[in-house]
Amino acid sequence: MSNDWYSDFVNSSFGRTIAGQVGLPPVPRLRRWEPGQPLLSGPALLGTATPDGRVAKVVRSLLTDLGIEVHDDPHAPVGGGSSTSKVAAGIVDATGLSSPADLAEIQGFLTPVMRRIGPSGRILVIGDVPAEATSPAVRAARRALEGLVRSAGKEARYGATVNLVHVAAGAENDIESTLRFFLSSRSAFVHGQRLDVGTVPGFAGSSQGVDWDRPLAGRTAVVTGAARGIGATVAKTLRRDGATVICVDVPSAGDALARTANDVGGSALQLDITADHAPATLLDHAARHGGLDVVVHNAGITRDKLLANQDRDRWNSVIDVNLNAQLTINDALLGSDVFHRGGRIVTVSSMAGIAGNRGQTAYGASKAGVIGMVEATAPLLVEKDATINAVAPGFIETAMTAAMPVGTREAGRRLSSMAQGGLPVDVAETIAWFAQAASYAVNGQVLRVDGQNYLGA
Amino acid sequence: MPSAPSSRPTPPRRAAIVGANRIPFARSNGAYARASNQDMLTAALDGLVARFGMAGEQVGEVVSGAVLKKSSDFNLTREAVLGSRLAASTPTYDVQQACGTSLQTTLLIANKIALGQIESGIAAGVDTTSDAPIEVNEGLRSVLLAANRAKSTAGVLKALAGLRPGQIVPEIPANREPRTGMSMGEHAAQTAAAWGITRQAQDEIAAASHQNLAKAYDRGFFDDLMTPYLGLTKDNNLRPDSTVEGLAKLKPVFKPAGYPDTEATMTAANSTPLTDGAATVLLASDEWAAERQLPVLAHFVDAETSAVDYVHGDEGLLMAPAYAVPRLLERNGLTLQDFDFYEFHEAFASTILATFAAWEDPIFCKEKLGYDEPLGSFDRSKLNVVGSSLATGHPFAATGARIVPTLAKLLHEKTDQEGSGTARGLISICAAGGQGVVAILEA
Repeated sequence: MSNDWYSDFVNSSFGRTIAGQVGLPPVPRLRRWEPGQPLLSGPALLGTATPDGRVAKVVRSLLTDLGIEVHDDPHAPVGGGSSTSKVAAGIVDATGLSSPADLAEIQGFLTPVMRRIGPSGRILVIGDVPAEATSPAVRAARRALEGLVRSAGKEARYGATVNLVHVAAGAENDIESTLRFFLSSRSAFVHGQRLDVGTVPGFAGSSQGVDWDRPLAGRTAVVTGAARGIGATVAKTLRRDGATVICVDVPSAGDALARTANDVGGSALQLDITADHAPATLLDHAARHGGLDVVVHNAGITRDKLLANQDRDRWNSVIDVNLNAQLTINDALLGSDVFHRGGRIVTVSSMAGIAGNRGQTAYGASKAGVIGMVEATAPLLVEKDATINAVAPGFIETAMTAAMPVGTREAGRRLSSMAQGGLPVDVAETIAWFAQAASYAVNGQVLRVDGQNYLGA
Repeated sequence: MPSAPSSRPTPPRRAAIVGANRIPFARSNGAYARASNQDMLTAALDGLVARFGMAGEQVGEVVSGAVLKKSSDFNLTREAVLGSRLAASTPTYDVQQACGTSLQTTLLIANKIALGQIESGIAAGVDTTSDAPIEVNEGLRSVLLAANRAKSTAGVLKALAGLRPGQIVPEIPANREPRTGMSMGEHAAQTAAAWGITRQAQDEIAAASHQNLAKAYDRGFFDDLMTPYLGLTKDNNLRPDSTVEGLAKLKPVFKPAGYPDTEATMTAANSTPLTDGAATVLLASDEWAAERQLPVLAHFVDAETSAVDYVHGDEGLLMAPAYAVPRLLERNGLTLQDFDFYEFHEAFASTILATFAAWEDPIFCKEKLGYDEPLGSFDRSKLNVVGSSLATGHPFAATGARIVPTLAKLLHEKTDQEGSGTARGLISICAAGGQGVVAILEA
């Protein structure tokens, strides 16, 4: 996959020597998930900011049930080693903060953690939802966590990630799939980000009896834009996690689509998602598989032009494919029993929809629009126990980026805390996690998969 | 003519046409110049497998064939299936009946399904005129076989000494009837002249074929019948802007021997071009389709195969369907007018026009068919409504498997739109060797 010569060089034995001598920035090799891999590759440190923390016990019980060594003291010797031995994770229960003074406790815990965290380690800060606080001091303390996490993300090395999860009041027992995602290597390229759990009221679901190696077993998924690139990887990842996958793409991409569908043992549906009959055709096809549990709106196009040179047709084609088609299909899903109770809609936004990108006014508009769609659709889905979330990829290594000019490509890769592009599977892992039945409390979220790209950060 | 049975026993059940896949057809030595029959058939099968989510599944049977076939491709269908995503345990066999091949394979699969011998099957056909087999000529073959039979080195040398320069020239397959030495076009030109088929009428058929095919593409008709291949997303013979006026400017290419130049009416546009391509149809019992919640587009009702003596001048080479259709109608208690759609393979525009003329002719119907009344005409607006071979091209053995799902989908659309009732369609394909295969589908 990689045509990242710089990464290959600084990771070679000769390159490492040279890089060390002349001070070239290292490019960490990221640990990525495969079935059967343990949640953490070593011991975990678990800190609490205040005695009122409500998630530490949930985290502790998950980790100890899995046989993971857990210590409260950040200086504790681990794994039969010393007080400086590497750890696989440092987790802080930062709920229950009453003022910014409480943040010092978190600093006291994370300072040694930053020194001890191992390659592809996981630092996870779990806090309360700032908007739920009315007291200025409390809300300030809660909001401070985001600045702490985003800054620590820029300091973390060797593929370690630092992320923040907000848990709504009362949702502390609904975070298992989220904990598993952020602690495992499924979130390899999710870094410096924030995610809210349980913030859309009325959610329902359970993580009882989940096979965490095949969390999508028995579920049927549709992936649009599945012929190649990220979409094809999404189809394969959903299949790996147990789903039956309906692969959709435009008729002109039908040959690549057939390959993807046959690779995942799914079915191929050649369909222009902007056609009037598209929602009905999609639901008809899904009925063959007994209905739908997961819809991944991955299909997207770019028609890049400077706004000064843009024309109506190009503009409309981008908005139609990237936004209108999703809205229309979502309406059909909401009104149909083919889309099962407990269904999941996952859509693809973009860094360009958050930070903007030169030459991409249409694309940026459509991808920002996707975020608005997610926010407004989330509460509508509650009555079906369904959710909608978006992933916003940053620089992902695909055939499209391989064709970029070298300068643009190198800038895209290096201008992130991880100094590299992500892989399509990084986006796919996030989508597959949103798609899990066990992710029932994650709704209306937009999660960037970008290695903490500096654009729009 | 053999007398037709006036009715037939009710079959145990009717085979359902579930769906199909073909690759776009490509003009000879074009987009598929380097694709073999096996490559194209495998691609068409894989597209079908993907459309119906059958990767790794076994179907009852895959029956296919090619007209232009290398001797090393003796097990063409089996090799294609082994290279496809179907289960390797899927049995196959090859059939060849010239242009009728894949309507005949459809009939074979449908019959086994009707009898309960299989629950599902794929009928297919493929042909390449680009990657055509080339044989050594008969003289060289005799010499080489003699050398092979020789028991001593001296014997081998003696046999090889019989080689002559002229024997090196290979035999390239030609579109020529072995017993008359005439090309198919020359045969068709004779028939056209005999029935007085005009240039204008032929060009009207050709222009309509292109225009109808273009419209069908525009409305996405082929989205679930076709999968792109080697960069082609549509039949590349299609000329959407074809008009009768434009076609009238072309020079004729076929002229019947002994006729004046004014009788030369057949052009490159109202004759099918040499084409490469492959097509497949998925058939099944209703139960098999229902278990998988797959649609049933239409049912295969009945079919008839006929042959005429074109060698002794008794009948035109491509006129066999003129005999098969009346027998099929009689057996099923139908008239020529009882159909919602007519899918006639346009080998040449003149061929189908000559067939229609014969059915309207009291003398032909009396003398050749033994009827007191002619079969008559039918509503031409129901003919080849989404284009046919003049526009799509005609990879010989693939044409039946193109037409069957096309008609099945048209019938399905009609009953779908009307919400009830049945729709019925007639398929007719003429074939080299003076043969014809015709069939009825119903939805």
